[in-house]
Amino acid sequence: MASEDNEVEDHRPLVLIHSLSSFKLPLQDRLITHFRLFDSLASPEASSVRALICVGPTPVTADTLDHLPSLRLVVGSSAGLDHVDLAECHRRGIAVTNSGDAYSENVADYAVALLLDVLRRVSSADRFVRSGLWPQMGEYPLGRKLGGKRIGIVGLGSIGSEVAKRLVAFGCTVAYNSRNKKPSVLYPYYANVHDLAVNSDFLIVCCALTNETHHIINKDVLTALGREGVIINVGRGALVDEKELVQFLVQGEIGGAGLDVFENEPNVPKELFALDNVVLSPHLAVLTPESFEALNEVIIANLKAFFSNKPLLSPFQQE
Amino acid sequence: MATKEEQPQVLENKEEPKEDGELPLVVVLRPKNFNLPLEDRLQSHFHLLDPNDSPDESTESFLSHHAHSARALLCVGLTPLTADTLGLLPSLELVVGSSAGVEHIDLHECRRRGIRVTGASAAFSEDAADYAVALLIDVLRRISAVDRFVRGRLWPVKGEHPLGFKLGGKRVGIVGLGNIGSQIAKRLVAFGCSIAYNSRKKKPSVPFPYYANVWDLAANSDVLIVCCALTEDTHHIINRDVMTALGKEGVIINIGRGPLVDEKELVQFLVRGEIGGAGLDVFENEPDVPKELFKLDNVVLSPHCAVVTLESFEALQDLVMANLKAFFSNKPLVSLVQSE
Repeated sequence: MASEDNEVEDHRPLVLIHSLSSFKLPLQDRLITHFRLFDSLASPEASSVRALICVGPTPVTADTLDHLPSLRLVVGSSAGLDHVDLAECHRRGIAVTNSGDAYSENVADYAVALLLDVLRRVSSADRFVRSGLWPQMGEYPLGRKLGGKRIGIVGLGSIGSEVAKRLVAFGCTVAYNSRNKKPSVLYPYYANVHDLAVNSDFLIVCCALTNETHHIINKDVLTALGREGVIINVGRGALVDEKELVQFLVQGEIGGAGLDVFENEPNVPKELFALDNVVLSPHLAVLTPESFEALNEVIIANLKAFFSNKPLLSPFQQE
Repeated sequence: MATKEEQPQVLENKEEPKEDGELPLVVVLRPKNFNLPLEDRLQSHFHLLDPNDSPDESTESFLSHHAHSARALLCVGLTPLTADTLGLLPSLELVVGSSAGVEHIDLHECRRRGIRVTGASAAFSEDAADYAVALLIDVLRRISAVDRFVRGRLWPVKGEHPLGFKLGGKRVGIVGLGNIGSQIAKRLVAFGCSIAYNSRKKKPSVPFPYYANVWDLAANSDVLIVCCALTEDTHHIINRDVMTALGKEGVIINIGRGPLVDEKELVQFLVRGEIGGAGLDVFENEPDVPKELFKLDNVVLSPHCAVVTLESFEALQDLVMANLKAFFSNKPLVSLVQSE
C-alpha cells in the first residue's frame, strides 16, 4: 500500500550550502544532480552533514563549526581562504579545499592586463580619446616597454605560475618570493619580499592572505621597489599597506599601480581617482562565465572524491 | 700656431658641400614642428641637409640647391616622400624610414630608380605587439570600462558589473603575420589562445594554420588582430562581409592603419551589437574618432600610440644610425624593406 515513490532511494550525499544571503553560488542547480542540499545551520540536518560549500567570502568560524559536529570537509568557492578559520579546521580534522585551478588563468590574464595597462597607459589613453582631447592636444605621453623588465612575483602558487608563464612570453625575467623555495622552479628565489623588490622593476602580488602576509607590501618594500616601480595586486587588499601606497602614488615616489582589491571594498581611496598611472578594478579578476563552469567542476570533483574516500582535488596548501 | 685642419669645414654660402674626406650628406625630411631627438647623434657622423633650417625657402628650392649629390635620405615620422621630391635627388640611393609602416613612401618610384628603402618596424614590433595584446585583454575583460566604473564612484552604489570573457581558448586570427604579427602570436600562445593567420603568401616555416583570404580567417576565428601594411590591396580589408563572418561575439583589434578597416561599417556593427567589441589604436581620419564609439563599453580607443614608448624610440635611433652607417661603409643594410 505504501507509494512506490518512497521506495526510490536517494543516494545523493548531503551537503550544506553555507552562504550569506548576498552571495550566490553560480550554477547551483547543477549540484542537485549529485548532492542533496540544504542551507541553514538551524536545520536538523546540520548535526549529520559531513561537507559544506562555503559560498564566496562567507566566514567559517569556530562558532560555525560548533553547529556542525559531523563536518569533515569545507569546500571553498574562492581562490583565497582568509575567511575560513583554517587553524580551527585543522584542529578539528576538517579538510579544506579551494577553487584550485578554476580561476588561475583568469587571474593571471587580469594581472598581466593590469600591468600592461599601467605601463602603456591604455585606460588613460582611452579616457583621453573619449574626452575629445586628441584633436586638441595631439600628442600623448610615452609609455614604458614591458619586455626586458624584471618581474617579482609575490606568491608563486598556481596563479603566480600562470602569471610568470605569460610574462616570459613578453620577454620579461621572473623572480619570486614564497614561504618556501620551490626546488622544481627555475626562477630565482628571494627569501623575503624586500630583497625581491630591490631586484625587480614590478611586483605582482598574488599570494594568500594570512597573519604573516598582512601588509606584506609595506613602506620598506615600496621604497625598495623604487620610483619607477609598479605594483599589481590581484590577491587581497590587506596584502598591501594601502595608506602607504596611496601616499607613495600621490607623492610620485612610485611609478604606478594596478589594483583589483582594496582593504575596505567597495571603498577605494579617492586620491587614486585623479591619477593616470593607476588602474582600478572592482574585485573582478576571477570572474568570467567560463570560470563558473570550471569552478563548478572543481566543487563537484572535490565533493565526489570526499564521498568516495578518494584524494581531494584541490586541498588547501600553504605556499 | 695650431692649424685648423681638424675642424669640419663650415659652409659659408650655398655652395654644394663635397663628400671627400667629409661627413657624408644625409637629407632629412620632417614635419615642420617635429623634433628630431636623434639630431645630435646624427650630426656627429653625417652632414644633415634639412629644409626646415632654411624656412624662407621652399623645400623644393632647398633640395635643388643643396642636395644634388646626396645619396641618403632620412624620412622622419609619416612625412610623405613623393616621386616629385625624389626627382629632386638624382644621386639618391637610400631612403631610411623611421616609422613602423612605409606606405607614405613612394615605393614604386624607389624601385624604379633602384633606391633601397629601410624600415623601422623591427624597433617597434615588440611594443606594438604588447599593445595589441593589451587592447585585446582590455576589450575581453572590460578593464577600461570597469576602471571608469570605479572612478565614477559606482562600485559602492551598483555593486555588480557585467562580466568579461576569458582569453584562453579563443581562436585568434592574425591579419598580416610580419614582425608584429609574429610577436603577437608568441604572446597569445602563452595565454592559451590558438592562432591562425592570413598573409599575402603562406609562410612555410610557420606552424599556425593559414587562410588564403581574410573572410575564411574570420569565419574560423573569435578575434581578428589587424597588423598588416596598408597598400592598395589591403584598403578596407576588414569590410562588412568579414565582420559578418567573424560574428556577433567577434572582437577586432586594429593597430595597423585606420583604412585597413571600413570604419563606417564597423561603427554600425558596434552600435547595433552585431559584433562583440573592438580595440582601436588607429582611425581613418585621425585625430577624429567616431563619436558613437564614446558611449560603448565594449570598445577601447587609443590615440595612435601602439609603438610609443621610451624604449622603442631609443631602439629606433639605434636602427636609423645602424642603417646609415652600414650604407656609407658599403655593408649590408640592417632592415631593408623587401618587396614581397
